[in-house]
Parts: sequence; structure tokens; C-alpha cells
Amino acid sequence: MIQVVLPAHLRTLAGVSGAVAVEVGGRASARAVLDALEAAYPVLCGTIRDRGTRRRRPFVRFFACGRDVSHEPEDDPLPEAIASGREPFLIIGAIAGG
Amino acid sequence: MSSVRVLVGTRKGAFILRSDAARKRWRVDGPHFGGWEVYHVKGSPVDPDRIYASQTSAWFGQLIQRSSDGGKSWEPVGNAFAYDGVPGTHQWYDGTAHPWEFKRVWHLEPSLTDPEGVYAGAEDAALFRSADGGKSWQELSGLRGHGSGPRWQPGAGGMCLHTVLLDPANPGRIFIAISAAGAFRTDDGGATWRAINRGLRSEHIPDPTAEVGHCVHRIAMHRSRPQVLFMQKHWDIMRSDDAGESWREVSGNLPTDFGFPIEVHAHEPETVYVVPIKSDSEHYPPEGKLRVYRSRTGGNEWEALTKGLPQRDCFVNVLRDAMAVDSLESCGVYFGTTGGQVYASRDGGDSWSAIVRDLPAVLSVEVQTLA
Repeated sequence: MIQVVLPAHLRTLAGVSGAVAVEVGGRASARAVLDALEAAYPVLCGTIRDRGTRRRRPFVRFFACGRDVSHEPEDDPLPEAIASGREPFLIIGAIAGG
Repeated sequence: MSSVRVLVGTRKGAFILRSDAARKRWRVDGPHFGGWEVYHVKGSPVDPDRIYASQTSAWFGQLIQRSSDGGKSWEPVGNAFAYDGVPGTHQWYDGTAHPWEFKRVWHLEPSLTDPEGVYAGAEDAALFRSADGGKSWQELSGLRGHGSGPRWQPGAGGMCLHTVLLDPANPGRIFIAISAAGAFRTDDGGATWRAINRGLRSEHIPDPTAEVGHCVHRIAMHRSRPQVLFMQKHWDIMRSDDAGESWREVSGNLPTDFGFPIEVHAHEPETVYVVPIKSDSEHYPPEGKLRVYRSRTGGNEWEALTKGLPQRDCFVNVLRDAMAVDSLESCGVYFGTTGGQVYASRDGGDSWSAIVRDLPAVLSVEVQTLA
């Protein structure tokens, strides 16, 4: 299971506390994690990725093992530590605005 | 015994203010959806416990929340707002063609007959309708398909569809307004639309009397006379007596005719309220005095209402959806400011008091009068 840490507002929306665990069939990539996350928590659809284009919303960032992977191809494999659940996949609301 | 519920949308959440019919003691409940912008909260006239809220964020996009118990609890419903077909383009600020992009819902207008029915006015300008309590949304694309769509241009606040008025006497008739395209009307439930801007004059656009391009800030009607419309335009207060076929200016003796909200008294269809704002670059009241102006003659003759409102050093704004009335025997009038105050009058505007003073900037105010 992959551990996903959501920003506080999305934890509230999804009704969860702490990290959420999602099962990804096949290779773990950002796209696969997000697909699994949205399938498990449909209320998150449109909040991380645009509903229409499926692209990452501009003020949302993805981090894996201390590295910003927001601009990497969504189908690139995530590090083994993320895929095995030892490290969480972080979804972060960018520090912007007030 | 009657009671009143005031639904307040702010920059950082929604608040619900409750009072009995005396309207002297208020209980403040909130924030709901804390940290999110809540552009609008409005209850169904058929089932007042059914309330819809537009929750939005630059980070996480658009959500629609729905309550079935008068705002005590909420459930997120559908947020798939997809333009019908190929969205096409409208005009950008620099005059170039810009693709239509959904940004947020500015206004939610529940159906007059069905608690599951609700309309959503969106930015970029489009009207959506849900028949299942907000779970799914369909665009009434005849509006955007009106031949003038490619010429619509955003106002400073974005190209928003902010006003949705449902005609209580004619189920097929809907009035909407867009900044900065103007006012439009359908008579067939949203299939086809026509611009209703004849008589508007906007000096800041290339053709001041153009069919479209006017920055309409809000339209109001009294439900007993849906053919009579009152408009706060970017500049000018306007009135139509023929369902928008033609407009005439009724700014009269106002100190400035710029402003955002306009509202009609619950029992007196010729009594109208506005909040004059100094100018379109100075979004605050003239002379630092917060004054509501009331006309009891359907426009032209206006009186300042100041009792209980700050008359010095006040530099807040009152946004377009931030004024509403209740329907108690002595009509209550309510408005919220960008400074976080919600003011109320129990006597049709003669006197005012702040019923809550330190909310985040207020985006919208709606009032429910409960039996």
C-alpha cells in the first residue's frame, strides 16, 4: 500500500486524519497514485487535478522522498520507498497567497 | 414563531446567523468550510432546510456543498462543470481570443418549485443547471452560444455570471447578467437567449450603446412584478418596466451611481436599496461615510440611510451579492462588507446595527425567513 499525505483542507474534505493508504495495481507512478486516491475518495476529484484536463492544479505540488516531482512525467515510476509504503507520497498546497 | 437565518459567504468560510423574529439577538455559527472562499450560500424557497453553497479555492478548485438540515451539516456534491461541446473563445483583456475556462461558481439560484433543482452562474461566464440536488450539472449552452459570445470580455473581477433571476410568473423565463457582457433573457427555459441591454450606456467601451459589453453588476426584481427590473451597472442605476426590453436611468440624486448590490423591499415593489461607492478605482464609500440609499419611488429620488452606520473613516466595500431582505412584516434589510461586518435593519433601512462585526471579507449575504 502506498501512503499518501494530503494537505489539511483535503483531509477535512475526505474525512480522514493522517496519511491514507491506497492500493496501486502495477507500477507506482504519480498518475496511478492519484487515480487510486480519487477512486477511493471521489470527493477529491477536481481538487488535485483539473476535472477536465486531468492536469495538476497550479498551486498543488507533489513530493517523493524529499524531492519535488510536480513537473516530472506523471507516468514516471515513483521511488521504491514510496512504492513499498516506507515513505509517503506528499501532496502539498503550495505556499502562495495570504 | 417566525425566525430569520442569514447565510453569509466570506473569503474564508461560510457563517450562518440566526435570530427569532425580533432580530435583536443573533447566534453566529461557523466558519463552515474554514479557509475556503465561499462565494454564495442560498436556500431553496420550497424547502428552506435545503441550502446550497459554492466553496472554492485557488489551490483546490470548486466544490458545491449541500445541506438538508438548514446548515447544521453539509455534504459535498458534484463539481464537474463541463462546458457543452467545444468551448470556443471569448475576448481577453487585450482583445485577443481566449479559450473559455471554468474557474468558479459565483452564484447559486435554487429552483422556485423543486428543492433538487438549482442553477449555477459560473466564471468563465456560463449557466449550469442541476436537477438532482447538485450531484450533476449540465450547461445551458444556448447562452454561450448566443452569437455575441466571442465578443464577451471579462471585467476586472473576471468574466463571471453573477446574477440569476427566475421569473415566478413564467417558468420558462430567466434573467442573467455577466460582467462584462451585460444582461440576457431566455423565455424557453434556457434553450435560447437574447441580449437585453437596450438603453444601457457605458462610456468606457468603444460603442457606448453596443448590444453587449456592458458591465452589469447586479439586477433585482420584486417577485410580484417580474417585468420590473432594477440594475446596478458599473456606473448608473437602471430600471426596466418591460422585462429588460428597454432600460432607463434612475440614478437621480445619488452622490455617485457606481456600486455593486441593488435590492428591492420585500413588500414595497417601488422601494429599492443601493450602496453608492465612490468610483471604480476607489472601492469605498464617498467621504468615508457608509450610506445605504433608499428610493421609495422606484428610482430617481433617493434618501441616505445613515442611522447606526459609520459616518466617518469607513472605507469598506459592499459586493454585488452581499445585500438581501427578509420578508417579515417590518422588512429587514441586511448587507455585508469587505471589512467583515454584517449590518441589519429591522425597519426597512431607517436604522441599522452590526449583527456581527469581525468576519472575513463578506462576499455574499442571503436571508431566509422561516415560519
